[in-house]
Amino acid sequence: MNQSPQTAVLLLEDGNIFYGKAFGKIGAASGEICFNTGMTGYQEVFTDPSYYGQVLIMNNVHTGNYGVNKKEMESANVKIRGLIGRNLEERFSRYQATESLDDYLKENEIVAIENIDTRALVTYIRTKGAMNCIISSEDLDIHALKEKLNSTPGMAGLELASVVSTTEEYELGDAAAQLKVSVLDYGIKQNILSCLVKRGVHVRVHPARTPFSRLKEFNPDGYFVSNGPGDPAAMPYAVETLKEILKEESPLFGICLGHQLLALANDIPTFKMHHGHRGLNHPVKNIVTGRCEITTQNHGFGIDPAAVRNHTGIEITHVNLNDESIEGIRLKNKPAFSVQYHPESTPGPYDSRYLFDEFIAMMASN
Amino acid sequence: MPKDNSIKSVLIIGSGPIIIGQACEFDYSGSQAARSIREEGIKVILINSNPATIMTDPMMADSVYLLPLTVESIEQILEENEIDAVLPTMGGQTALNLCKEAEELGIWQKYNIRLIGVDIEGIETAENREKFRQLMISIGIPIAPSKTANSFLEGKEFAQELGFPLVIRPSFTLGGTGGGFVHDKSELDEALQRGLQASPIHEVLVEKAVLGWKEFELELLRDKNDNVVIICTVENMDPMGIHTGDSVTVAPAMTLSDTAFQDMRNKAILMMRSLGNFAGGCNVQFALNPETEEIIAVEINPRVSRSSALASKATGYPIAKIAAKLAIGYTLDELKNQITQTTSAYFEPALDYVIVKVPRWNFDKFKGANDTLGLQMKSVGEVMAIGRSFTEAVQKACQSLENEAVGLGYYGKSLMKSEDLIEYIKTPKWDRIFRIKDALMQGVTVKTIVQATYIDRWFIYQIQEICRIEKELARYALDNLPAELLKEAKRNGFSDEQIARIMKNTCTEEQVYEKRKAFGITRVYKMVDTCSAEFEAKTPYFYSTFEEKNV
Ligand SMILES: Nc1ncnc2c1ncn2[C@@H]1O[C@H](COP(=O)(O)OP(=O)(O)OP(=O)(O)O)[C@@H](O)[C@H]1O
Ligand SMILES: [Mg+2]
Repeated sequence: MNQSPQTAVLLLEDGNIFYGKAFGKIGAASGEICFNTGMTGYQEVFTDPSYYGQVLIMNNVHTGNYGVNKKEMESANVKIRGLIGRNLEERFSRYQATESLDDYLKENEIVAIENIDTRALVTYIRTKGAMNCIISSEDLDIHALKEKLNSTPGMAGLELASVVSTTEEYELGDAAAQLKVSVLDYGIKQNILSCLVKRGVHVRVHPARTPFSRLKEFNPDGYFVSNGPGDPAAMPYAVETLKEILKEESPLFGICLGHQLLALANDIPTFKMHHGHRGLNHPVKNIVTGRCEITTQNHGFGIDPAAVRNHTGIEITHVNLNDESIEGIRLKNKPAFSVQYHPESTPGPYDSRYLFDEFIAMMASN
Repeated sequence: MPKDNSIKSVLIIGSGPIIIGQACEFDYSGSQAARSIREEGIKVILINSNPATIMTDPMMADSVYLLPLTVESIEQILEENEIDAVLPTMGGQTALNLCKEAEELGIWQKYNIRLIGVDIEGIETAENREKFRQLMISIGIPIAPSKTANSFLEGKEFAQELGFPLVIRPSFTLGGTGGGFVHDKSELDEALQRGLQASPIHEVLVEKAVLGWKEFELELLRDKNDNVVIICTVENMDPMGIHTGDSVTVAPAMTLSDTAFQDMRNKAILMMRSLGNFAGGCNVQFALNPETEEIIAVEINPRVSRSSALASKATGYPIAKIAAKLAIGYTLDELKNQITQTTSAYFEPALDYVIVKVPRWNFDKFKGANDTLGLQMKSVGEVMAIGRSFTEAVQKACQSLENEAVGLGYYGKSLMKSEDLIEYIKTPKWDRIFRIKDALMQGVTVKTIVQATYIDRWFIYQIQEICRIEKELARYALDNLPAELLKEAKRNGFSDEQIARIMKNTCTEEQVYEKRKAFGITRVYKMVDTCSAEFEAKTPYFYSTFEEKNV
């Protein structure tokens, strides 16, 4: 138990200051502030590469209760830049847990701050929009922090996918499998690969800047374009690759960033959202089937709804029931589709896993 | 597809007399449902035998019948009114049983009445322990090893087969009526007799007791297009073996990983979908083995349940109100979130606070009653508190019990020695949570308490934190009390009176209040908005806490 709590500070880009208590690594960290409304699955969230570069607020008031383990990770290490919470728990309870959240954050060198009025903070971000911030448990001098904060780049225009992508190609699944998929890794979540492999797919995962010719060498039945951090508009290299894939008329499935890239490859612009969607409870309607799904979401950019609606070659398949944003599209004349949300969930509901089956069926029938 | 316009008038069946296990919760759901249907321009006719309810206020329905809840009364109402449909899912098991009885006698058919929000076969399967067992086996949902017995001899035979400890669970009851533990052979005969007698169809489930497993409850809503959402997950702090109605419960679940929770969510949805076609609320209970995270189904209630009222208050999502709309044909995606009024009703509430429910018993009014808690519900009411931490919420709840408790941190001083306390908390009684705190104050380890109670150690850590703060406070008097400590105490739910008592009444509650006001430690009010502040709330409600801002 922490008897003499060390003071920590959170400074927002617009000068707002919140004081709290240090947790995790003692130090300072800056990045774009965002919030997640999920009530379970913090470890999966912290290790999701799409959060790279972000300082994350957990709206749920207790985080760390069941510790962490080696299994529930979406990538090899923690990807968030910093963590903000109301009550971050040092003591945990779970047979399957191997260590506490505090130790885990320290090992991963992640600075965190607790005892924050997270509800006030979230309400503020919700009104003012996404912005950069810095948290520090080391140097509490506001002027010094402000300087550090000023040198933190903004998220718009930032290319981060190649930073979190694999550097080496690797393969997963049964090499003798019926179906093969070339995966473009822009910061892929582990469970996306598991969802494919569990459905009998042999995958080869490629680094972000892999040219199309190399993707094709695997002789794939389809292409998968992953989720990932950063601004899709800052990835012309990826848009080019997608255009080449589309020319092939091979099956293509994209998730999150992959969805935005598919839009860009069809000349639909993307934009930076006011404060994004992050949580496990976002309502989506599949307008093809009329069925609704509760989805996991994590994105700060979206695709331009008007441009999608005016595009003659694209059909809208999924919409968000809260704000009518575009959640899923498919090409009318090509076997390509994508969703803005995370059908692999982890954390989150399994409602949308059928999309992997649809991808499999698309490849099987191609 | 909006509402079904062929329905012009609906009969709502109430839950009858207030009894243990079936109290004002169903008045709450019945009233919500009546209002929800009337605002759609549909006539509401209501029957309840209990006049001491809100739902029977003349303004609640177009006609109110204060009649015994019998098939005869139903027929009389159907004779006297043009009724298109009956909604029996708001009045607990009493209403459902009556609806079923009328169905068996062909009453609904005779008057051409549609049953809405319910599937008669679904009720039958859910309440008939054998059918439920068979269904679970057929859809691959694990349950505790069990057998249903329809006679005393059969019951004895099965008990021998399964081995002790056992539980007896009667069919078609509620509040665990007639149910109980059988630790060994000597308790079997009496428990069997009681169980068989309590069941209207003379049927009990003889089941292996699962000891030390955690208990959870999920509240679901489904529409006619089979869209499903989980409104709330409630974790019982008390383990399996103590009726959920008698357990201290917490929302959201505190000790569930996402892996375990999604497993539960998937199972709950599968169970609901397998139970038949009905649009409305549903409640599913699970037990989880903490070592293996293996999950078994305990029961399913295909109706608005006792816990729905709690889940509604806990999340801000009006379950009965929406369930009533679903029963008259709306789908979730065409309804709005009642609190934000802009976002969809098809979503799962996110909480940025903790709610704790503590039951209230009245054993002093039932002289000679056995005050050990078990499968049969004994509490007569409950309090629910909201806080920005478990410690704050549990203390607020204890302050509201209207007994001598002044928060969890101060309930007199135990005269028991630690060894006696450890023995005492092995048996679940109404004051167990207070005695756990006493034991912790005396230095008993978390491990020992977990072994004695099977309560998850995370909760014990939290209570230990309350003890730590109490001990800190006791080192000071009001004039040298540090502001930081006072603030910490307030944030962990200590009341001013409690703090005064901890400081051995060297000051008064008012003086503590003045002191903290001088320090600027005052209440702020936070919203219950269903969405963790993600969206603006138009009609929220509020709770108080000690933080920076009113939001
Ligand atoms: N196999 C078992 N071992 C130990 N405890 C059990 C077992 N089965 C049930 N219980 C306990 O018994 C309690 C009551 O059981 P159950 O919920 O089936 O009764 P009920 O009469 O249907 O109650 P209600 O419908 O009011 O919830 C449960 O909350 C659980 O704690
Ligand atoms: Mg029950």
